[in-house]
Amino acid sequence: MISANLSAIFYLISGILFILALRGLSSPETSRQGNFFGILGMIIAITVTFLTVDNLSTAINYVLLFLVIGGAIGAFIAFKIPMTAMPELVAGFHSLVGLAAVFVAISAFLNPQAFNLGSPGDIKLASLIEMSIGAAVGAITFSGSIIAFLKLRGIMSGSPITFIGQHFVNLVLGISIFVLIYYLCTTQSESFFWSMIAISFLIGVLLIIPIGGADMPVVISMLNSYSGWAAAGIGFTLENTALIITGALVGSSGAILSYIMCKGMNRSFFSVILGGFGGDSTTGKEKKKDQKPVKSGNAEDAAFLLKNASSVIIVPGYGMAVAQAQHALREMVDALKKNDIKVSYAVHPVAGRMPGHMNVLLAEANVPYDEVFELDDINNDFANTDVAFVIGANDVTNPVAKTDPQSPIYGMPILDVEKCKSVLFVKRSLSPGYAGVDNELFYRENTLMLFADAKKMTEDIVKNI
Amino acid sequence: MEIDPFIFRFSIFILSIFVGYYVVWSVTPSLHTPLMSVTNAISSVIIVGAIIAALASSSGNIFETSNIFGFLAIVLAAVNIFGGFLVTQRMLQMYKKKKKDKK
Repeated sequence: MISANLSAIFYLISGILFILALRGLSSPETSRQGNFFGILGMIIAITVTFLTVDNLSTAINYVLLFLVIGGAIGAFIAFKIPMTAMPELVAGFHSLVGLAAVFVAISAFLNPQAFNLGSPGDIKLASLIEMSIGAAVGAITFSGSIIAFLKLRGIMSGSPITFIGQHFVNLVLGISIFVLIYYLCTTQSESFFWSMIAISFLIGVLLIIPIGGADMPVVISMLNSYSGWAAAGIGFTLENTALIITGALVGSSGAILSYIMCKGMNRSFFSVILGGFGGDSTTGKEKKKDQKPVKSGNAEDAAFLLKNASSVIIVPGYGMAVAQAQHALREMVDALKKNDIKVSYAVHPVAGRMPGHMNVLLAEANVPYDEVFELDDINNDFANTDVAFVIGANDVTNPVAKTDPQSPIYGMPILDVEKCKSVLFVKRSLSPGYAGVDNELFYRENTLMLFADAKKMTEDIVKNI
Repeated sequence: MEIDPFIFRFSIFILSIFVGYYVVWSVTPSLHTPLMSVTNAISSVIIVGAIIAALASSSGNIFETSNIFGFLAIVLAAVNIFGGFLVTQRMLQMYKKKKKDKK
C-alpha cells in the first residue's frame, strides 16, 4: 500500500513515458526505444495500481489469471497476424479499448464506493457526467470499430450502406444521448444509464455503415481518436493522471491522422463522416460507354521496358496488399538494381487502408525505408524518370484530379506518374478505382497495361529480366 | 476560494492534447501504422480502472456484477496491451536501412 500522492507521481511518470513512446516514432532508429518506453510506462501503471489497493482479497488471483489469459491471446494474435491484415487488427484492437472503457464505466456506476465517487444512487454529479461520456464514447468506438473490422475483413461489403433520413436519425440519436445523460444526472436512475449505452452502440454502427472502403484510412484514424477520448473520460472519473494524459495523446494523435488522411484525399472531414462516397451509384454514372483503345502487354514487354530504363519509380497501392505482392516486388527491384537501374518507391498518404499501410508492407519485404518516399518528396522526380511501375494503385495517380473540376476526386493531391516517359499499370481489369472514376492514364499512348494478379505478374517479370 | 481539483485534471488534459499535437506531427509518415498500434496499446492503460473495479469488494463477495465487469475489462485491455506492443515491436523490427552497396 502506497500513499495516494506517491501513486499519483508514478502515474505521471508512466504518462511521460507514453509521451516518449510516441516521440520515439519520429524516426525508425529511435522507434524501438520508444516502444520500450511505452511498455515500461504500462508496467509502472499496472504495478502501482496493485500497490494502491489496500486489502488484496483472493480476487487478486483472478485478476492475474485474466491478465495472463488476455495477454496470451494478445501475444498470440500479434505473432500470427500477417502484415497485410494490419488494418483489420488495429480496428479490432480499437473495439476492445472501447468495450473496456464501457465495462469500467459500468463497474464504476454499479460500485462507486470502490472509486470514491459516492454511493449507488448518490454518485457525484461531475463523476456521473464523466463516466457517462466515457461510456458513450467507448460504446461508439466499440460498435463502430466492429463495423470497420467487418468491412476491412471483407465479411461485410465495403460499399456504403445508406438509407433515407440517415443523418436525421443519427442527429436524433445523438441528441437523445445528451438528454439521457441529463436525466441520469437528475434522477440517478439505472435505466437511463443502460439506455444511453445501448443508444451509443447503435450510433457507432450507424456512423460507420455509410462510409465506403476507400475512406477507411479516415475511419480507422477517427476511431483511434475516439478510443483516446473514451480513455480520457474514464481517466477523469478515476481521477487518474496516466489515463488522462494517455487519452489526450491518443485522442489528438487520431485526430491528426484523420486530418492528414482527409487532406490526402482533399475531402473535408464532414463529407467523409456523412459517407456515401465510392458506392455503386457513382460507378455506374461516371463510366463512359465508348471503348477507348488500350495498350496492354505481358510480362516480357514489361521486363523489356524496365530493363532498358535507367530509373524506375514504384507506386504501390491497396492492390499490392490484396495480392500480397510485396515480396515479389522486392525481388523484381533487386533484379533491376543488379542492372544498375535506380529504383525508388513513392507512397501516397492514402494508399492502402490505413495510414502508413504501404510502408509497413514494404518494410516487411525488407525494402530499406530510405528508398521509400512520401508524395511531396518524390513528386518532382517523375518528370526525370523513365518508367513508373504502378502496382495496385489507381485513383492516387489519376490526372483527372488536376484537370476536371467535375470529378469527385478533383483537387486530390496525386502522384504525377503521367510525367514519366512510360507507365506500367499492373491491374486486374480496367475497372475504375474506389472513387468510381475512370483513370484516363489507362488510355494514354505511353501507358502499358498489365492485366494480371499483381503478385503473379511481378513474378513473371522477374523471370524475364 | 479554493480551486476544484477537477480544474487541475482538466489543465493536465488540455496540456496533454497540446503535447500530443506537437509530438504526433513529428512522427514520420512511414511510421503511421506503428503509431496507431502503439497508441492503441497505451490507451489500454484503462486497465488500471479495470483492476480497481475487479479488486473492489464491499460485501466480501468477489464476484459481484461490478467485479465481473472489471474482470472482463481486464481481459480486453490485456489483449490490447500485449497485442498492441508486440505487434508494434514486430513492425518496427522490419524497418531497416540500406545495408548493401547502393546500386
